[in-house]
Amino acid sequence: MSGFEKYLTSRMTGEDSHTLAAFKKNGGYATLERALKEMQPAEVIEVVKASGLRGRGGAGFPTGLKWTFMPDPAKDPRSRYLAINADESEPGTCKDRIIMDEDPHGLLEGILLACYAMKCEASYIYVRGEYRHQYDRTAAAIVEARAAGLIGKNILGTGFNCEIHMHKGAGAYICGEETGMMESLEGKRGHPRPKPPFPAGFGLWGQPTTVNNVETIFNVPFIVEKGSKWFRTMGSEASPGNFLVGISGNVNKPGVYEAPLGTNAKVLLEADHFAGGVSEGRQLKAWFTGGSSTGMMPGSTVDVAMDHDSVKAAGTMLGTAAMIMLDDTQCVVRAMQIIARFYDHETCGQCSQCREGCQWLHQIFKRIEEGQGREGDIDLLTSIGNGMAPGKTICALADAAAIPAHQMIKHFRADLEEHIRDGGCKINKTGKCAAGHSHDAPATEKAEAQA
Amino acid sequence: MALPDKLKAEFTELISHYPESRAGLIPALHRCQEELGGWVTPEIMEDLADFFGIEPVEVYGVASFYPMFRLTPRGTNVVKVCHNISCDLRGAAAVLQRAKELTGAEVHGTSADGRFTLEVVECQGCCTTAPMIDLNDNFHENLTLDELERLIGGCK
Repeated sequence: MSGFEKYLTSRMTGEDSHTLAAFKKNGGYATLERALKEMQPAEVIEVVKASGLRGRGGAGFPTGLKWTFMPDPAKDPRSRYLAINADESEPGTCKDRIIMDEDPHGLLEGILLACYAMKCEASYIYVRGEYRHQYDRTAAAIVEARAAGLIGKNILGTGFNCEIHMHKGAGAYICGEETGMMESLEGKRGHPRPKPPFPAGFGLWGQPTTVNNVETIFNVPFIVEKGSKWFRTMGSEASPGNFLVGISGNVNKPGVYEAPLGTNAKVLLEADHFAGGVSEGRQLKAWFTGGSSTGMMPGSTVDVAMDHDSVKAAGTMLGTAAMIMLDDTQCVVRAMQIIARFYDHETCGQCSQCREGCQWLHQIFKRIEEGQGREGDIDLLTSIGNGMAPGKTICALADAAAIPAHQMIKHFRADLEEHIRDGGCKINKTGKCAAGHSHDAPATEKAEAQA
Repeated sequence: MALPDKLKAEFTELISHYPESRAGLIPALHRCQEELGGWVTPEIMEDLADFFGIEPVEVYGVASFYPMFRLTPRGTNVVKVCHNISCDLRGAAAVLQRAKELTGAEVHGTSADGRFTLEVVECQGCCTTAPMIDLNDNFHENLTLDELERLIGGCK
């Protein structure tokens, strides 16, 4: 399994991999130059379409198809923008950050190719505010590229003009939702917009806009350089190419790994060149397939190919491919309470189903974990989840909060029932937690008072 | 207090990046917080409203929406402990407990001597290098309790 071709991380070696000099030594910007001089914009879109590249930000939408939604500039002369979603904030997800850290010029080359293909005059990279180091690295790369005539007017003497600007977010998860991100970029609260209209018709400042994830755009220069057939030699038929998998939690070697889409999750968990197995030889109790919003699956389901269709067939989603692993010393109710707290903290508050629903889910999971659970709480959780999603709110945050609750009830009902029956968390009370897994003091006191 | 000329010049350049100037508001709030005492005062909001040609309440609406903007004074040092799932699985609760002891601050509070403000934060994107803290805007990852003690001990 270790014999596959790596390309995403191929240039991420050495201390200077983020510099223009190192990037150029590895053939950087040669693909851009060739495309600007030898290819029509439509041909770039065609090769990306033919490659079958799917968005790496969570939804898995075909990238080339998304690009064709931009209106024809001959008929619609408005300004056109590409917004890069670098607001990576789905719990468990930390893949885009290594691209901005280690290979920011690769991202810029992808942005320039995408802007050329869609005839965008400018691109904004919306980086989450906490990613200071990644922001500085990418901003420095923009300065280098501009000085080298790769950003700005008449790029490489071809007549192509394109600006790239950095833009800092300020810690709101909702700004990873594309319309919330656009509102935020315009200097407003990150309140998602109803769709339609879609960004391609009415995006940033009401102009045609495409929003793509960092890793998605980072794939583009490789595809334009080596062709769609090459790209399709990796991954699965419906999910071609490699992806960056973040594996966190109770594993021996947490990390961000490159692998072909469709690699079995069990291999990613156990192989020495990936996460190296569950910590200290313990058993896998549960796992998130692709970030917190995909919900938890039982450890026994880890034998699944990590591509969009296979994970969907297994009853969950590939999401951001951020696998979070819980060993058998962990309490799934505690994990669920943390996730519910997160969505309660992050709901933007526009839609009452989400604003109220997230709060109730959090309160109920919390009281179950702390030994205050009531008869009927599980039915109540189901009813609240059904009231929140699917498709009942402006954006999918309500779905992202409701899905883990439903998954919890489906797969870990016994743990919830046990908590309600026994008055709290047995793992906590018997002190069997892993180091550092102790519950905060009030919860412990409450649980003991119940016992 | 009016905005310092240095920041005004910076913001004038900043808004040239966008077709509408208001887009510069969030980056400008960041810079004010960094340069002008670590929190966004009502005066700063009024000055920014003046600069961007909007009402102060609109600046407040934005500043209060985003968790990274602080609307009350802070201690000399700010310790943020991630308590989301990947960090929790690798000992964030123990980190938080130790951070409380070392700083003398309660969560979302400031120590009596004004040296430390302690906060819990949601996922910071350090999931594969958990647990982590952000100390004065710098990430410290793969954190051990010994390292935490050393870091807090080294603060002003």
